[in-house]
Amino acid sequence: MKQTSKKSTWMTLLFVAALLAVVVILENVLDPNKNIMVFTALKKGAVYALVAVSMNLLNGFTGLFSLGQAGFMLLGAYTYAIMTIPAAQRDAVYYIYNGSAINFSLPELFGGGPVGLVLGVIAALILGGCVAAVVAWLIGLPVLRLKSDYLAIATLGFGEIIRAVFQWDKLGPVTNGANALKSFPTFSNFNIQNAGGETVLRLSTFMAFLLAGVCIAVIVLLINSTYGRAFKAIRDDEVAAEAMGINLSRHKRLAFVISSFFAGVGGGMFAMFANQAQAKTFTTAMTYEILLIVVIGGIGSVSGSCIAAFLYVAASEWWLRFLDAETFIGGVKVPLLRNGFRMVVFSVVIMIVVLFFRKGIMGDKELPDRFNRRRKEGAAK
Amino acid sequence: MQYAISILLSGVSLGGQYALIAIGYTMVYGILRLINFAHGDVFMVAGLMMVYLTASLPLAAAIPLVLVLTVLLGFVIERAAYKPLREAPRMSVMISAIGVSYLLQNLATYITGGLPQMYPEIPGISKTITIAGAPTKVVTVVTPVLVLVLVLALTQLIHHTKVGMAMRAVAKDFETAQLMGIRINAVISVTFVVGSFLAGVGSVLYFTNYQSIVPLSGSLPGLRAFVAAVFGGIGSIPGAVVGAFIIGLSESIIKGSNWSIFSDAFTFALLIIILVVKPTGLFGEKVTDKV
Repeated sequence: MKQTSKKSTWMTLLFVAALLAVVVILENVLDPNKNIMVFTALKKGAVYALVAVSMNLLNGFTGLFSLGQAGFMLLGAYTYAIMTIPAAQRDAVYYIYNGSAINFSLPELFGGGPVGLVLGVIAALILGGCVAAVVAWLIGLPVLRLKSDYLAIATLGFGEIIRAVFQWDKLGPVTNGANALKSFPTFSNFNIQNAGGETVLRLSTFMAFLLAGVCIAVIVLLINSTYGRAFKAIRDDEVAAEAMGINLSRHKRLAFVISSFFAGVGGGMFAMFANQAQAKTFTTAMTYEILLIVVIGGIGSVSGSCIAAFLYVAASEWWLRFLDAETFIGGVKVPLLRNGFRMVVFSVVIMIVVLFFRKGIMGDKELPDRFNRRRKEGAAK
Repeated sequence: MQYAISILLSGVSLGGQYALIAIGYTMVYGILRLINFAHGDVFMVAGLMMVYLTASLPLAAAIPLVLVLTVLLGFVIERAAYKPLREAPRMSVMISAIGVSYLLQNLATYITGGLPQMYPEIPGISKTITIAGAPTKVVTVVTPVLVLVLVLALTQLIHHTKVGMAMRAVAKDFETAQLMGIRINAVISVTFVVGSFLAGVGSVLYFTNYQSIVPLSGSLPGLRAFVAAVFGGIGSIPGAVVGAFIIGLSESIIKGSNWSIFSDAFTFALLIIILVVKPTGLFGEKVTDKV
């Protein structure tokens, strides 16, 4: 048993390494200017995969139905943006408020250049996660005492409150009010350029995958630890878990804080993807989107969430685009196709999944489990 | 003084409109233990149907037709999206409700092209009058009265008819009610029909005040009405009405002050406080968990 699990760990690592290699190759072989959709979908998919896994940790593994994900992402995104906007750009970004209250940027503090960029970005992302985690700890004190749907509504409400606070005029010098924060380092800053300004090695999509991959790996390690087993016990039966000596409030808070931490990191990465951070992006609709990804992938499956995130993003941003365009076949206009039809088709598909394929793509199994079972079935024959 | 009166008036009418939506939430929650996330969107769709129907029909025909169609929509949603999941965990039903809400919003975006639609003027209640020096629309005065009449009628229905008795029985204990020969599916459908009807009436009143409708118009009023239902004690109809008036008044007071951006934040802070201090709300019954 131990050997097979060790083997599957190696297989997983190998698979992830291969995936990263493919991403690097793909990005440098295909021309990103001609295949914008592919790389947009890949980057956004990586970000959503991380956020979906962090939500899955809470909803699928601990059984706490929380809808505050967008709020925590907002915290992460703003922290990241505020910490990394170059000092020289600050006056231009905060022009309405006559400059920013914070006048340093982490990449420059770390000495600028490529090293400073990498260190500064990572530090800012972690800081964003920490801010989200601290806020989650504070929110968790009262809110985690609530049961299922009340918890959902309270966290949903928290998301709304956060959004209002960040759009408040009085905080303008820090948050730039209702305006977007921009000019901070994004994924494309990681493309390596030679002295002449030509891009030699494109690493932007690779960075998105690497960051998301590391975070997801940490979450997987956590799920497989004693803490993870305690989370699952709480999900399956709270009373029984308590009777077995699991400290309910401590573990619930832990799950909530860790999930929010990674949602915060994911939020920072979303800002990197979108090239801007604006409070009005992080709406309840975004939380719903992530929740639907978790459901499609299978509640309680990390690999399911990852696969579903890419499918969801690719379908909504790329494959179904044609539904939005008015199309003529042989001079006859195809009925129904016009702006907005894509999302209608999409939500119908989601309803079908929710109603008839309740287990989602993976159920509560992981990808390696699937292969193992198939191999065992093959051996039995 | 004049300003205070106008804020008070708008608060009361807003509260009445929220009350009509909140009743739908509270009744469904009382019976199915489900937060019907799609309820706010049903309210929005009712508004849109009014816009499109009045374009081709006289108002006297359009209003009843809108109410009938809204009721039908609520009925269909229950049958299509919630009934198949009756045996499933509560989380799945809630996710299904979120899915329906997403579908309705996207459908509305598709049909309207994402452009705000103007709600038609309804003669009689769109007229502007002056009360104690504060100008307001007739609908402000009509709303609380109409709410009172409808709530009284609803309490009569629940306490003095056979369907009402069945509703109370199902809310008390789902399975036992089934064993006693109550057709729970019929009862649940009636609940959705009543809830949607009230949401339809609410939409006529609400959108006469706030005339522009976008696909997201339903979600925030819906959430606020839900908060009102929780505030008053979910499952209790008088509670929902009282809660809605409190939420409506506080919203209009905050919107009138310098802190207007925090009006929703305040509503939700109120929700969190009441859930922590008194989770059963003002009029809710105490429920004990069985192991």
